[in-house]
Amino acid sequence: MAAVSTAVPLPVTTGFEPRPRRGGRVVGTARVVIFVLFAAYYLMPVVAAFEFTVRGTTGYNLSSWAYILSQPDLTATLGLSLKIAVGTIAISLLMMVPTVVWVHLRAPRLRRVIEAVSVLPLVIPAVVLVVGVLSAFQGLPNVIKGTPVILSLEYVILAMPYTYRVLDSGVGAIDLKTLVEAARGLGASWLEVLLRVIVPNLRSSILFSAFLTLALVLGEFTMASLMLFNTFPVWIVQVGQSQAQGAVAVSIFSLVFAWFLLFAFSLLGARRRGSRRRRSA
Amino acid sequence: MTTVPSTQPGQASARDRVGAVAAGAVARERSGSSVELRGLRRSYGSVVALDSLDLALVPGELVALLGPSGCGKTTALRLLAGLEQPDAGHVLVDGVDITGRPANRRDMGMVFQAYSLFPNMTAEDNVAFGLRMRKHRASERRARARQLLELIGLDHHAQRYPHQLSGGQQQRVALARALAIEPTVLLLDEPLSALDAKVREQLRDEIRRLQMEVGITTLFVTHDQEEALSMADRVGVMSSGRLEQIDSPDVVYSRPSTAFVAEFVGAMNRLPARATEPGQALVLDTPVSLDPDSHLPMGAACEVLVRPEAVAVEVDPSGVWTVVSRSFRGGLTRVVIAGAPVTGSGEDLTIVADLTSAVATGMTPGVRVRARVTSQRLMLAAPRAAAA
Ligand SMILES: Nc1ncnc2c1ncn2[C@@H]1O[C@H](COP(=O)(O)OP(=O)(O)O)[C@@H](O)[C@H]1O
Ligand SMILES: [Mg+2]
Repeated sequence: MAAVSTAVPLPVTTGFEPRPRRGGRVVGTARVVIFVLFAAYYLMPVVAAFEFTVRGTTGYNLSSWAYILSQPDLTATLGLSLKIAVGTIAISLLMMVPTVVWVHLRAPRLRRVIEAVSVLPLVIPAVVLVVGVLSAFQGLPNVIKGTPVILSLEYVILAMPYTYRVLDSGVGAIDLKTLVEAARGLGASWLEVLLRVIVPNLRSSILFSAFLTLALVLGEFTMASLMLFNTFPVWIVQVGQSQAQGAVAVSIFSLVFAWFLLFAFSLLGARRRGSRRRRSA
Repeated sequence: MTTVPSTQPGQASARDRVGAVAAGAVARERSGSSVELRGLRRSYGSVVALDSLDLALVPGELVALLGPSGCGKTTALRLLAGLEQPDAGHVLVDGVDITGRPANRRDMGMVFQAYSLFPNMTAEDNVAFGLRMRKHRASERRARARQLLELIGLDHHAQRYPHQLSGGQQQRVALARALAIEPTVLLLDEPLSALDAKVREQLRDEIRRLQMEVGITTLFVTHDQEEALSMADRVGVMSSGRLEQIDSPDVVYSRPSTAFVAEFVGAMNRLPARATEPGQALVLDTPVSLDPDSHLPMGAACEVLVRPEAVAVEVDPSGVWTVVSRSFRGGLTRVVIAGAPVTGSGEDLTIVADLTSAVATGMTPGVRVRARVTSQRLMLAAPRAAAA
């Protein structure tokens, strides 16, 4: 249940796509019909689930919502999950952006290999990963091993297939070699090239991969519970065991929360483009 | 007290002063650097991209490297820019060996074939980028960027992003960006090849004007001979990683030192000839001397290179040639004639001739003509590949 709660359909925008040309009236109508069908397909379960959470013995009430919102663990676990997400995103990006750039510039032939390696986390069972990471990081100090930091490290691996793919296609969409060489020729150090030229032009890819990672962390149950951390998804499952309506309410809550974050992220991307247009007008 | 016609007198005069100082710097400091490439060699796997290139540029001159695609022009430029390291050889600027110096410390301005403006920055920020890397103050960067944008006539587009500029405008901004750092050398890698003909011609003149104004030593790479011949002080013709000849455009055209250069630069006919005596041959029944003076045995068949303007054609009902086509080009008319040559193997031969238009009036397709060669010295063509 928890894992399903953040499966939000994600619109991918690069920010530089031309607007699709408007088709004829028939195409337009077909588009509306398809949109409505899909919207119904996505929304009906949510609506039904919501109806279930407010159902009382006589008529409707919000008691299950009041129940979950009054739980002190809600903010604690959500806070922990967000912290872990931020850590995961930071580590992922710091590792993956330079790696992807380097591969494109210096070892394009390795792309296939790295792509293959990056999907491994998808096929390796969570238990194996947990044990693997624990034994690999055995030598690390307790600050890392005994705290949620270890979970961030696990999630970095879990998120790798998505992070790599999103960044790889983002880098593929810009003329990386020319931009890098132009910047180098103008006197930029490698760090300046990365921060002033590459990162700003990978903005939407970076935001998108950050969002995917966030969604993953907010939905991951198995590893967190295996490692005995009380994250948001773990808490949802606990609630579900004692109070069915409350669990569904929490799931809807996390879905809406994820939607809200998605909007925030895409606003972040759009704000920039909008201001650009305005300044140049 | 001076009167300044501005709402913010202090600011305006301050900016004018910065502008004047910067403009003065352009005129004073840029006397140009000398560049020397010594025995540069670079291979990629088994492909030898550059085979021991020697090239020297004197301060302020514009040298064009001309050659077919894949002959190593870009490689030469990239080695000079430090974007690539040579397998052997040295790069010297003003006598200093900079072979091992990384690209970001070479102070060279480069304009690429592909559009290379940073998409996330305005035209102005693009131009100011190099100064930013050099930690110049913001006000100074801005003034200098404005001044350069003005120089290329795009100051009114300073706040535009690259995707809001046309291809020609983008390349002009790229040029301004390269010049903003007051580079020792300007490197241009086919900067016009992605543009349409009209813009290309216009920009070609503009680049040359700016280059002369600034007095910057420039290496220009192109596969377009018209571009090379019209812009450069000297043209270096390259073929498979080697420099075949480097001379002023008129010398490259009129006195090519190798058959490759002769055929690559300008239109050229390959005509059958027969050796008569040492260094002499008969072409279209015209006696000519051969260059190089290869010692062909008497009566040996060979091929010589003849420019279209060195072929004279006259209407003659008993001539062995027939006009195939004619195209009017202003003062000159290009006439293509065909026929079985005197030395003939039976196969039809085609000759391209550029005639003054007055002479070509009667030559409609189908008309019989005779042809002869007007130059006294002709270059022997390189033998064709065996199967030809
Ligand atoms: N990075 C590279 N890897 C492999 N081969 C290359 C590379 N760069 C250039 N070459 C090869 O070197 C030769 C010269 O290339 P280049 O200098 O780009 O030619 P030009 O600019 O004259 O068209 C070509 O055969 C090209 O295929
Ligand atoms: Mg090239």
